[in-house]
Amino acid sequence: MQPWDTDRASSLIQELQQLPGALLPILHALQDEFGYVDQTAVPLIAEALNISKAEVHGVISFYHDFRHELPGRHILKMCRAESCQSMGCDRVIEHVEKRLGAKLGETTADGSFTLDAVYCLGNCALSPAVLLDGKPYGRVSAQVADFLIDDVRRRA
Amino acid sequence: MKVFVPCDMAALSVGADAVARAISEQVAARRLDVTVVRNGSRGMFWLEPLVEVETAKGRVAYGPVTAESVQGLFDAGFLEGKAHTLCLGPTEEIPYLKKQERLTFARCGIVDPLSLSDYVSRDGYKGLQRALTMTPEALVEEVTQSGLRGRGGAGFPTGIKWKTVLHAAADQKYIVCNADEGDSGTYADRMIMEGDPFVLIEGMTIAGFAVGATSGYIYLRSEYPHAFKTLKRAIAIAYEKGYLGADVAGSGKHFDLDVRLGAGAYICGEETSLLESLEGKRGQIRPKPPLPAIEGLFGKPTVVNNVISLATVPIILDKGADFYKDFGMGRSRGTLTIQLAGNIKYGGLVEKAFGITLREAIYDFGGGTHSGRSFRAVQVGGPLGAYFPESLLDTPLDYEAFAAKKGLVGHGGIVVFDDTVDLARQARFAMEFCAIESCGKCTPCRIGSTRGVEVIDRIIANQDRMKNLEVLDDLCELMLDGSLCALGGLTPYPVLSAVQHFPEDFDKPAVPPPPAQMAPKGQESSSWR
Repeated sequence: MQPWDTDRASSLIQELQQLPGALLPILHALQDEFGYVDQTAVPLIAEALNISKAEVHGVISFYHDFRHELPGRHILKMCRAESCQSMGCDRVIEHVEKRLGAKLGETTADGSFTLDAVYCLGNCALSPAVLLDGKPYGRVSAQVADFLIDDVRRRA
Repeated sequence: MKVFVPCDMAALSVGADAVARAISEQVAARRLDVTVVRNGSRGMFWLEPLVEVETAKGRVAYGPVTAESVQGLFDAGFLEGKAHTLCLGPTEEIPYLKKQERLTFARCGIVDPLSLSDYVSRDGYKGLQRALTMTPEALVEEVTQSGLRGRGGAGFPTGIKWKTVLHAAADQKYIVCNADEGDSGTYADRMIMEGDPFVLIEGMTIAGFAVGATSGYIYLRSEYPHAFKTLKRAIAIAYEKGYLGADVAGSGKHFDLDVRLGAGAYICGEETSLLESLEGKRGQIRPKPPLPAIEGLFGKPTVVNNVISLATVPIILDKGADFYKDFGMGRSRGTLTIQLAGNIKYGGLVEKAFGITLREAIYDFGGGTHSGRSFRAVQVGGPLGAYFPESLLDTPLDYEAFAAKKGLVGHGGIVVFDDTVDLARQARFAMEFCAIESCGKCTPCRIGSTRGVEVIDRIIANQDRMKNLEVLDDLCELMLDGSLCALGGLTPYPVLSAVQHFPEDFDKPAVPPPPAQMAPKGQESSSWR
């Protein structure tokens, strides 16, 4: 992940601004590059797309995906929808929250993990499901979650 | 010689990449002439990673394979299809697959998803070839005659939708594929996009020719990064080989296609929210009318169809409306892609003609609960579907039969719960989910869902329980009648069905409400929540 860079952000915006309905592609590109959408991007995007800053802000805040600040080094998305509930995801989530000292939607104090709630990853025949740094895992018990966290920490 | 290891996201989630690596290592070490093909999934997820070997007698399956078991498989002669404890015999003979009627999923799990020659050699683009000989009116008529209804959940006849767009005069029309498969318990769209993307591209191209649209978008949820990569590459290949662009398959006809990512909003599976989102706006729903078929994307006439609806169009055109119509029951024609999920022993994709009962799906295919405990409830049709008890398991999977029991078939997801489930908690979650995902446009959904959570908390805490059950009933009626779209309008289904079929769960000793509501991520500043 690159540190926030206004020039780089401007050139990303420029690359995409001609697309019909360019705002979501632009926001995704910024977040892919920097890990979040910095506040300073709002006026840049507004000017490029000829819309108000309020409209840009409204879109960023509407969607669960877009982050307002830098997330942890690793992102653990845990599904808490019905299929995963039926296989005990609530217990796994509680275990991980305790272990990492952070709740869903929060980042650990040491900045190593961000925990996110998601509602369905489309892996419902192998519930509970998680996505760790974009990699899918199925049948995630508390032990499997521990293993995944340990493994990430070992490699760090 | 070919060995197949799925690249489907679910297979990856249980180690398919490690298995593929281990196989490649053995192939190199043993100096064998073997190609490892990354296919889609056959949809038998308890057997994943399911490895298949091409033999003289057809494909032989082994599963679930782990990286550690690979060396033993080579030693046992699995390349010749020989015996091993993981051997499942010829893939096509596995009863779970053999009992199915795979039309839309005819190729999924068999072909290399990104091989256009695989696609064409297995009847791919035959539908398009026939479509090119037909007038737009005849094309729309064929789809109408097939009886195909929207597989996203609403079950609206696809042909009728197309007809409206065909007859709308405009300088530009669009085909939009709704790939925002947000319902828990569903993954059929994901599987087809990862396992057979060209069938969706072909279906959208045919739809474009039928209604006179030259541009298409696939709106894909961001939770599906693997499908995104596969679609991007498949679209690039289709352009390269002349199946997309200014001269589709040498016909002189034009069709462009792009895939766009959503951003984690369930509501964008509602077609008007989806269109707003595609236009780069907040995914708030639009009041109807005007219908998207008249004023859709960028104000132009637009067909919005689900992935499975569009991916079914090629086989309808190839084999004819009568062939497709022959499957099914009543007004539900063709096949339903049932997705068995949750607490189920044999979870997976079951494509069957409409009409099999829930019991057959859950027991004959699914084998009962995964935990081995007794069955208690099933939610069909995603988070807005009703909870059914044992006594309703003989309901056939058919749009009208489900509607008669105040349930919905929806997108065909079936989530099974064992006897540890607490239906009062599930009802609470239905309201909580609606509160988290509400777009905020209409009051019954925006406010009603939050009030719903509070009322259910009081019921669980045994505060004026009878009175609050009445309030809940009233609130549900209001949301049903007063919401602008299906999110607020159908959230009462899981709630009321839980109360109706599982009243004992609302009559337990008091449990105090949880200390604080979880703030939905990124929405902390939105006061209306």
